[in-house]
Amino acid sequence: MDWKRFGFIFLIIVVLFGAVVLVGQTKSSAIVIVTSMMATTIAVATPLTLGALSGVFCERAGVVNIGIEGMMLTAAFFGWLASIYMSHIFGFGVGISITVGVIFAIISGGLMALLLAVLSITYKVDQIIGGTVINILAIGLTGFLNRQLFFGKGSVFGGEIPHAPGLLPTIHIPIEEIFIPLCGGGANCIEVVDSINKVFDQKIVAISAILLVFIAHYVLFYTRWGLRTRAVGEHPKAADTVGINVIKMRYANVIIGGMLAGLAGAYFTLESVSSFEPLLTNGRGFISLAAVIFGNWTPIGAWTATLVFGASQALNIKMQLFRDVIPAQWAFLQNSYVVGLIPYILTMIILTGIIGRTTPPAADGVPYEK
Amino acid sequence: MQAETQSGSPTKSLLRSALDAMLIPLLAILTAVVLGGIIIAVVRGNPFLAYYGLIQGSFGSAKALSETAVWATPYIFAGLAVALAFKGGLFNIGAEGQLALGAVSSAFIGYALPEWLGFDLPKIIHLPLAIIVGMGMGALWAAIVGFLKAYTGGHEVINTIMMNYIALIAISYLLNGPMKDPDPSNISARTPAIAESARISPIFDGLRVHWGFVFALLAAFLVWWLLTKTTLGFEIRTVGANPDAAKYAGINVKRTIILTMAISGMLAGLAGTFEVTGLNYRHEIGFSIGYGFDAIAIALLGKSHPLGVVLAAILFAAMRNGATRMQFLTQLPVDLISMLQALILLFVAADAIIRYIYRIKSQGERVVLTRGWGG
Repeated sequence: MDWKRFGFIFLIIVVLFGAVVLVGQTKSSAIVIVTSMMATTIAVATPLTLGALSGVFCERAGVVNIGIEGMMLTAAFFGWLASIYMSHIFGFGVGISITVGVIFAIISGGLMALLLAVLSITYKVDQIIGGTVINILAIGLTGFLNRQLFFGKGSVFGGEIPHAPGLLPTIHIPIEEIFIPLCGGGANCIEVVDSINKVFDQKIVAISAILLVFIAHYVLFYTRWGLRTRAVGEHPKAADTVGINVIKMRYANVIIGGMLAGLAGAYFTLESVSSFEPLLTNGRGFISLAAVIFGNWTPIGAWTATLVFGASQALNIKMQLFRDVIPAQWAFLQNSYVVGLIPYILTMIILTGIIGRTTPPAADGVPYEK
Repeated sequence: MQAETQSGSPTKSLLRSALDAMLIPLLAILTAVVLGGIIIAVVRGNPFLAYYGLIQGSFGSAKALSETAVWATPYIFAGLAVALAFKGGLFNIGAEGQLALGAVSSAFIGYALPEWLGFDLPKIIHLPLAIIVGMGMGALWAAIVGFLKAYTGGHEVINTIMMNYIALIAISYLLNGPMKDPDPSNISARTPAIAESARISPIFDGLRVHWGFVFALLAAFLVWWLLTKTTLGFEIRTVGANPDAAKYAGINVKRTIILTMAISGMLAGLAGTFEVTGLNYRHEIGFSIGYGFDAIAIALLGKSHPLGVVLAAILFAAMRNGATRMQFLTQLPVDLISMLQALILLFVAADAIIRYIYRIKSQGERVVLTRGWGG
């Protein structure tokens, strides 16, 4: 872990938060602003984090994955579709329908990854092409089925697009039980603890995403599986010589990557909103891809990149809210277009100014031939 | 006997390799079409009617042909942009942004320059100026990424993605604000129409196909000439194949990377420029959505060869154009086209599958198209 980089990115997030606190202090207390921004940051970063983890697993094993976008889109569609079929056609309850939806999302992400694996590992297709095939196929498949199933001849839904039966629930972590006794239980204290609760009260996919970052870090760097994965991505010939099954390791990691992208897909249609529209992933798979490179192919590095994105988004939302109290010398922050540019410009500055050259796994993108 | 085979073999092998080069893509398209037909049949459509509609809609009449060429024009330019970058070992995901920026700058020169000067410019000055500014902006936008790659090592994939978003947000601001068409009936985010003197005329009366299509074909020839016949082209290909070797050979790698990105961005900018000067006569938000990403597929389908790119672009254009007719005849969603395109790309790329299905023996070395993330 590169603590210098990590610290710098942390500093940038602090600056973004601090700027909003300075602007908005007359309207809202600092703790409320910071905690609600943290909550937004985590929510916005969730699909990006999972997408980036997907890329990290694939590429650490030596398979370039530019199909994250397509895997997310497919999973978002099939997860949503499964939950609709379960509830509207088969008449199951909300909880079961959504659970089945998430499972279908993960499976369909895994299946798209299997296609990438077959193409790039078995048939040794150029991996950029493999990923592009996934992306175009996903657009075609989801757009086609979306129209054919809901507006086509003899549609069981009668020309109407239903909503998913519900959204994944928020998990409440009872931190107030520790904190309220600590700070005495006054009105001020309860307000503070309430705001902190907002950060921790996240939905299932968001919480899993953060846990998965650390799990992925542990798996990749502290287990035999991770060592083998990295060996296969760095020097497959050497790995093969010591008896590691290169093909099997690559297949397994690409499919794990696809399932992670699938979970990201579930975020879109089962956790964030309950409907699907064509192209709803809107390029976020590509931002995940950028995060993978940005984080130098490490889970925690990629995660910090997605947090910068989330924090900039939180800044944007808050600036719209505090429009009228923005001081005159900061007038440019009133323009939502200018604020909207921040995440992209920040990414470029951090990348070129601080991180510089990133090093992919040595055998990334190279098919293995015995 | 011996002499005969020796004199006959070079021509024969050349013919065979040319045949082989065409055979695999054709069989790939055929396989994709058959598979697509099965999908259509599964959803209770009529595959024959669908393909009839697709062909009729794309090649069936003068108007259909003209529209196919109209679609093909930006595809050829943008496809060449991505292909040229691939040759230089760079992955330009930013054609989308470069294209949109080229379009908006051309539109600006097209409508604002006469107003600003206070008199009408002759076409011979105004039109070339609009085109040059458009392609210049595309080149500049991409060259920034090339510069960052050469001097800081910042990865071009990240930077082109970020520059895409920056361009699209900036354009969204311009078209909703300073550059918005002031016509009171206008509710969409678009520029005013460009002056008559900045417009490219259609090739034939009554058809929309314009001289931009001819320029696109010319550009393909020039890219081929640049890559194979010039020193710069040699340098681009050498840096693309092996930057370390290029450095040893005395090639200025940094300069080559910047130039490769600039030329790539210039081509993408031209795609946008010709859409404005030849077709729409203004820039409107949303017209270019997806061109940059289709361009990646086209470059890959054309195996990064200029002629291949032209053919792939015409194929994609024909499918997009014919889709409306297909939908009209069969009520099948136009998205079917994307699935067909993915299948074609899949089978062209996975020639091993095609060779296996049709029992064709492999010939020669595999061509390396992209180099992953480079170094």
